[in-house]
Amino acid sequence: MAFDTGLAVVVLGVAVWTIAARKTVAAVAGFVAFGLLLALVWVRLAAPDVALTEAAIGSGVTGGLLLGAATRLRRIEPSAAGETLGIGLKLAAAVLCILVATGIAAIVLLLPEPAPTLAPQVAKNLDRTGLGNPVTAVLMAYRAIDTLLEVVVLLLALVGIWSLAPDRAWGGFPGARHHADSDGLLAFVAQLLVPIGILVGIHIFWVGSTAPGGEFQGATILAAMWIFAVMAGLLDTPAVNRRWLRLLLVIGPAVFLAIGLAGFAVAGGFLAYPEAYAKVMILTIEVPVTLSIAATLALLVAGPPERPPNG
Amino acid sequence: MTGATLYGLCAAVLVGLGLFGLIVHPQPLRKILAFNLIGSGVFVLFGAVALRGAAAGFGGDPVPQALVITGIVVAFAATALAVALLLRLFR
Repeated sequence: MAFDTGLAVVVLGVAVWTIAARKTVAAVAGFVAFGLLLALVWVRLAAPDVALTEAAIGSGVTGGLLLGAATRLRRIEPSAAGETLGIGLKLAAAVLCILVATGIAAIVLLLPEPAPTLAPQVAKNLDRTGLGNPVTAVLMAYRAIDTLLEVVVLLLALVGIWSLAPDRAWGGFPGARHHADSDGLLAFVAQLLVPIGILVGIHIFWVGSTAPGGEFQGATILAAMWIFAVMAGLLDTPAVNRRWLRLLLVIGPAVFLAIGLAGFAVAGGFLAYPEAYAKVMILTIEVPVTLSIAATLALLVAGPPERPPNG
Repeated sequence: MTGATLYGLCAAVLVGLGLFGLIVHPQPLRKILAFNLIGSGVFVLFGAVALRGAAAGFGGDPVPQALVITGIVVAFAATALAVALLLRLFR
């Protein structure tokens, strides 16, 4: 309990820092630390799968994205700022936020006993999915429709970002071209780390069926390796009008949807799997979905195209 | 106090802090950051509820845990879109 109390205090302290820090870059650095501490919280909440997701996406990729934006906005930030509130409005906001927090705290203290839970149903039906990890079973079997929609939401966000490209860069290369310094440390570390990281990503994906891990966590690590290789100048982000790239992005959702529709014919419902083939079908979905998510995450971080497609 | 209650209260404070930052900060990027803090608070609250639902040999209820994973990924997608809009606005 002492550890939990200490962890909660540190988490809140870092959260205060991300709000109160004067410099945006410092606040974002605080947010990355906050995400890693939150991953520890998830371990304490008996949710190792969420801990991996939080560390990889919530802290790592989100942190990288915000850090990049903070650096680019640094010069124009003062002019980009909106209205600064007066002290009276700030106090009113503080009172409102304290009320909201108190309300949620009251709900936490008044939660019903015994706690409602779906864990027994998950345990009872786990064998029928052929999976050993209950969280993966929920994501891929019982609530597969949520996961399908989520993969589509990622794609929609990417379409939204690409549509912000200026006319001359339409369908072109996202971000700036980083050039490798062949004697540089960054290129060396990238050459060393990226192959290992790809193996770790595949491993995390593969063990997800029986142990903590899964396609989102694995895909995020793969995406991070892609981003790293681009930043080190080892390769360039491809132009977004490339056919193979678009195929890579949609293959996951497409296979997911196709197998979901096939469920009508073979198991009597959308996204239903015939019991004997459940695990095979789930893996058939997961492999392309992992590849698509990895590519989508990397391109979400890369941002809209900035260089013409043939230049 | 149980671990679930402790982290539930922590989540309540996180939502309050994030909401304050969202209202008070003039810079748009700081607002996005604060919004992510609110999201984290909501997720941890869900995690505390999942922990209370521990049964059948699981450390927590796997259903809310899986939904939080979905939530974290969608929150990232929304953040990426918001950042792209912001950079476009002030180019």
